[in-house]
Amino acid sequence: MGVKGEVAKLRGRGIAAICYPTGMNLGGDPSQTVIVAQPDGTFVVNVASVELGQGLRTVLAQIAAEAIGASVEDVEVRFGDTQLAPHDTGTFASRTTHRMGNAIIKAGQEVRQILLDVASKILEVSPQDLEIRNGKIWVRGVPDKSLTVREVASQAQFVYNTPVVGKGHYVKPKSLVDPDTGESDPHSTMAHGCVVADVEVDTETGEVTVLQLVTVYEVGRAINPKLVEGQIIGGAVMGLGAALRETVYPRYPQLTHQTTSFREYVLPTAGDVPKIIYKIVESPTQTGPYGAKGVGEMVANGIAPAIVNAIYDAIGVQITELPITPEKVLKALREKH
Amino acid sequence: MSSQFSVVGSPVKNVQLLSHVTGATQYVDEISFPGMLWVKAVRSPVARGRIKKIDTSKAEKLPGVVRIITAKDVPNNIHVNMAGIGIGPPDEPVLPESEVNYKGEAICLVVAKDEETAAKGAQLVEVEIEELPPVLDMEEALKPGAPVITKWGINAFIYGSGMDGATRPGRPGRPFFLVKRGDVEAAFKRADYVVEGSYLIPPIEHAPIEPHVCVAKPEPGQRLTIYTTTQAPYFVRDNVATILKIPASNIRVVAPAVGGGFGGKVDPEFEMQVAVAAMCVGRPVKWRWTREEEFTVSTTRPAVKIEIQDALSSDGLILGRKARLLHDSGAYTRTSPYGVIKATVNLSGPYQIPNVYYEGYCVYTNRQPSSAMRGYGVFEVSYAVELQIERDARKLGIDSWEFRFKNAYKNGQVSATGRLIDDAYLIEVMKEAAALAGVSLPSHLLQMSSWG
Amino acid sequence: MRIRFKLDGQDVEVDVKHTDTLLKVLKDKIGVGSVNFGCGEGSCGACMVLINGRLRYSCLTLAGYVDGKEVTTVAGLARDGELSEIQKAFLENDAAQCGYCTPGMILTAKVLLEKNPTPSDEELFDALAGNLCRCTGYIPIINAIKSVAKR
Repeated sequence: MGVKGEVAKLRGRGIAAICYPTGMNLGGDPSQTVIVAQPDGTFVVNVASVELGQGLRTVLAQIAAEAIGASVEDVEVRFGDTQLAPHDTGTFASRTTHRMGNAIIKAGQEVRQILLDVASKILEVSPQDLEIRNGKIWVRGVPDKSLTVREVASQAQFVYNTPVVGKGHYVKPKSLVDPDTGESDPHSTMAHGCVVADVEVDTETGEVTVLQLVTVYEVGRAINPKLVEGQIIGGAVMGLGAALRETVYPRYPQLTHQTTSFREYVLPTAGDVPKIIYKIVESPTQTGPYGAKGVGEMVANGIAPAIVNAIYDAIGVQITELPITPEKVLKALREKH
Repeated sequence: MSSQFSVVGSPVKNVQLLSHVTGATQYVDEISFPGMLWVKAVRSPVARGRIKKIDTSKAEKLPGVVRIITAKDVPNNIHVNMAGIGIGPPDEPVLPESEVNYKGEAICLVVAKDEETAAKGAQLVEVEIEELPPVLDMEEALKPGAPVITKWGINAFIYGSGMDGATRPGRPGRPFFLVKRGDVEAAFKRADYVVEGSYLIPPIEHAPIEPHVCVAKPEPGQRLTIYTTTQAPYFVRDNVATILKIPASNIRVVAPAVGGGFGGKVDPEFEMQVAVAAMCVGRPVKWRWTREEEFTVSTTRPAVKIEIQDALSSDGLILGRKARLLHDSGAYTRTSPYGVIKATVNLSGPYQIPNVYYEGYCVYTNRQPSSAMRGYGVFEVSYAVELQIERDARKLGIDSWEFRFKNAYKNGQVSATGRLIDDAYLIEVMKEAAALAGVSLPSHLLQMSSWG
Repeated sequence: MRIRFKLDGQDVEVDVKHTDTLLKVLKDKIGVGSVNFGCGEGSCGACMVLINGRLRYSCLTLAGYVDGKEVTTVAGLARDGELSEIQKAFLENDAAQCGYCTPGMILTAKVLLEKNPTPSDEELFDALAGNLCRCTGYIPIINAIKSVAKR
């Protein structure tokens, strides 16, 4: 450390590389769904999963629309009610897009087949000669000879005496573990991420400023890239809070100083957010719906280690206990000298 | 984006947005019924103690207080959250009968005409508790002679005894989950360097802006509808059925839009208490947790301490790894035995380590139970592993990108648990990240791939 | 006591106690969905309302104070079914996930832009310091506000 003010601010860069499993560890977590056509030929997808803000209703509607061949505007996902929807294990473990997505594909394919069968009667052609996509059914090579999915789904009920209902289920059967080795098949698929953090450490106050986060995530397939982006940015800021500020027990393992309000437990606010550069890459997985892997959790995981490694790079000391408060930075600097 | 799809891969607008920006989204807190009563809890002031006496007489006399609910009102006063997937034994009371195991544990409930009266009533309940020395430190908790706070004689979950819902039963259990592969001792003998590290993440609160809110409404014929801020309606249904001793199909659980969860609303934490209260009074009952309850009672991310030793070769390979993971479950089981397995099987991170020995301990202490939070198990492991990788690289004097590339797992290899790796894509992701961060990687790294 | 006020343009009459907060009355007595309880102590902003056009935490405001005044929540911003500029901007910029903080965020943004149509980053961050969001990481919210500021 030189003259005060001269090298008071040190910069550093840190990396973290991560993988994250999709779905409950070891599996055994089923998801079921039922898709039911409404009288007007639109569709309701019933799931007991829960919309928490992540955009589950939107993503699942996209998967259902794709599987049925319906227009996404004609698909409504109803959620979170054990009376209306069959069993689903729950909305956690980055499992819903994967588990429920797979269940919805099966249910959607059943609906699709029903629609093709009914359309073949209306158009008097074999179901094999029909195409269905994005709300339209047409005779292959004769685009003029077409029907809307809505009218077919409606006519099925009113004219052709056919219920338009699809059911779907997905489970990765539970992998039992060998107790002496841990041998097991814990996950359905792994998603990946890499974070590069740039920080500035004020050696006089101990304060750490995160200047930039570069994040790249491989998500199998981004069913909805906009919603993936929402997760990436939100997860980055949650990771930043964990890295620098958050714990309910600041003197862990002691119970003293336990936080009781947002005045003591200081969440990141708008002004704390660094520049976040991100990229989504795709490597579709065999087990995922249209190749998708789980996204929601992984995006918080690489942030704290990248920031801590950046602080290590900046000050030459690796602080190992989160959160990296100014107090810990100053202590680390003092012990270094 | 691939044109093989019509709507998969499209940035379809989040269908919830319009109701969010107009304030029309319905959360549990907007659900209300005529004659609805409110609940507040009398909470333990100590981390560990024996309940000597609960005197509710003053509270009962407060106008507007309808009923005080204690342990004896609960038909089956013991449960464990993940019984549905085979995790046991049940160890958590809905309301404690004789002992409290964390500060803030609900001792009894006051049901009253409104929230304020319930809170006043709770203040009037007099509880006499004999304070006992708490177990707070995980290492201390595991030592012989530590006060035992579980029902099975040791402050750790027993794996392999048929109660973890995961391992093949038939052998005696042990107080940790084990992952073992290759010959780790030989790897350490062969190593040019051994690098050690110890890493700690303390408890972190999920802090969704919406706190826990639950409304339970008795219906005719021993039925009950529960509106609640849950991420897992069927978990709530199962646990409430267990403690009420009624068929699960008598219970309807509804989660309307939930105002953020992040794992904090996976555990049925308070629905059982609200359900008991509603059944006792035969009227709809509501409980809205305060922010203070969110911090001091609701689950947190577990504190996790991870010790790692890496056996390294001078040419930059990780030959072997030993790790010991301690996961602070708090006072009760909740989801922790599961979380520890998930963490332990992932202790290699995205790296190929041929020889490993990992022990994962689910430790009980006298603090609020911990549970899942975004990245459960692996958030903590990623943290420890990536700090360790940085240490390893520095010890060897190798650039940390180079070290990660060299040890990154590849398709066709086998994981620590013997699973064929078939979805690896780390090397490609690291190349993208380096490029985006303006790092020019040397050509030998750019030529690498996750396939061979 | 009985108080009368305008809530999103509608006349409201309600009996309140001297100690009742406006949030308590709005949520538990009237059943308003467009304000949310987050902390009850003026830290998170989920309960924000406009009282005669001024931004207030309804959890820190006594209900009696609004007697004879106009209370506006985010539900009162649309005119003849047309969303306000700031609501549209939140929609366009995907500036909400769970939506719980959104009413307060939008009202804060509205008041900021009325006072200062072209806020600097610092002014924007200062204005948003009393509104917590745990989902979005704030960037879409900042983008939404800036998109209105530009117009």
